[in-house]
Amino acid sequence: MLIKPPSDIRSSEITDKSLYLNRRAFMRAAAVAAGAAATGCVSADALAGSGQPAAHGRKLENVKSSPLSTSELPNTWEQITTYNNYYEFGTDKDSPSRYARGFKTTPWTVAVEGECNKKAVYHLEDILKGQTLEDRIYRHRCVERWSMVIPWVGFPLSSFINKCEPTAKAKFVEFTTLADDRQMPGLASGVLPWPYVEGLRMDEAMHPLTILVVGLYGEVLPNQDGAPLRVHIPWKYGFKSGKSIVKIRFVEKQPVNTWQRAAADEYGFYANVNPTVDHPRWSQAKERRLPSLFTNTPTQMFNGYGDQVASMYAGMDLRKNF
Amino acid sequence: MLKPAVFLAALGPLGWLLWAAYTGNFSADPLADITHETGDWTLRFLCITLAVTPLRRVIGWNGAIRFRRMLGLFAFFYGTLHLLIYLIADRYASLDFPNGILAWQSVRAFAASVWADIYKRPFITVGFTAWLCMLSLALTSTAGMIRRLGGKRWNQLHALIYVAATAGVVHYWWLVKADVRRPATYAAIVFVLLSFRVVWGFTSGSRATPRPA
Repeated sequence: MLIKPPSDIRSSEITDKSLYLNRRAFMRAAAVAAGAAATGCVSADALAGSGQPAAHGRKLENVKSSPLSTSELPNTWEQITTYNNYYEFGTDKDSPSRYARGFKTTPWTVAVEGECNKKAVYHLEDILKGQTLEDRIYRHRCVERWSMVIPWVGFPLSSFINKCEPTAKAKFVEFTTLADDRQMPGLASGVLPWPYVEGLRMDEAMHPLTILVVGLYGEVLPNQDGAPLRVHIPWKYGFKSGKSIVKIRFVEKQPVNTWQRAAADEYGFYANVNPTVDHPRWSQAKERRLPSLFTNTPTQMFNGYGDQVASMYAGMDLRKNF
Repeated sequence: MLKPAVFLAALGPLGWLLWAAYTGNFSADPLADITHETGDWTLRFLCITLAVTPLRRVIGWNGAIRFRRMLGLFAFFYGTLHLLIYLIADRYASLDFPNGILAWQSVRAFAASVWADIYKRPFITVGFTAWLCMLSLALTSTAGMIRRLGGKRWNQLHALIYVAATAGVVHYWWLVKADVRRPATYAAIVFVLLSFRVVWGFTSGSRATPRPA
């Protein structure tokens, strides 16, 4: 892959627009007319299961299903897009859906920095070039004890990291979320130290379950859920999965993630879902699978992904490294 | 005329909750909606109740006293709903029921789980303290109880509303993750309302007006 310096011409400017849309795997507007027929390109189960029409006119094409998806029933589009934390837009659960409407996601660039050979500012279309999009229906467990099942669309973070060619000194990856106070009314509140920073150990970032997300329910990711590009790490509490990423930095030292900076006694770096380690203010043993009224679903170790990820933490004291 | 109107208005938040439940107008997390709504209204009614005496003494609207007991009882009402939701949806529902939902073991496990939570988690401790204060005020809110206790002792006991309001605000403050703006607003209101009592306590030199805790 050709890495272009930031001053170079964007591929979106030199490519015929329809081809460019194709390459980004975005379906052209004309194809939306055949929307009903097109459901074949998203996981049919996901759509049939929830009875949720995916007809917002921003369908992704050529999305493959993945064996890493759960067979559990996903939450509805409505639930996933009106109830989440994205403090840059406000601290109420419906703030993101209310205030992210006009959020500008094009053009979008991601700066790749630090211990890697291919430092550059990448345009989103270049990040997506050559990637095969997959439906990844994942359990999502918030540290606040609610959980959902979310049909993300994305691709393994590892395949992008490989293109960046991290050096031997790269032990961790740090993700930075956009902090633009003209677009994000929540920034003024100063409830968290902005910009929002999260990080993963290299093996966690390279794990096949860790994905860069660009879509939801077979469609382009809605602004309020972290558009245009976010990560999702299904075995960790939701706050680990940074949204609207503008910077990926490879570093030698463990990054200090934002919630740890804000309250180190309550939020650690690892934040693996763990029913046996309580949050200081509440038990993590059970969760509320929304829209349930009851906090009665047993929380699974590593959010049920233990078979795939537990070996990464062998020998570690998860009580200390919470 | 005014009293039934205030009574109906005070039932408004409950009506709204029932209407939202009926029409499915909750967010994706109905339990959080109901919990927050009842908790908020408990604090609001505590503040309104605490505003009655300042209203009488500062703007001279003595008629406000007619509503004080009812308003205080509404604080207790919403606080009790708030507590029941926590007990049922959070504590009871999260138990394992090897012997069935109503078995003696389940009831004991429930009591143990509630006690452990109150003991272990400071924001639950203060929240429960606030409810206990309101309970004792509600139980002694009748004319008969005022007579039996005697005005002075009744007044002293009912200074517990200062504890209830303060503990309620602390409960809210300690439970938010990072954004303390709303609990801070309640804290400011309660601070002002309690400041009246402190000032009056000094200026009148009377011991009948207890100091806030």
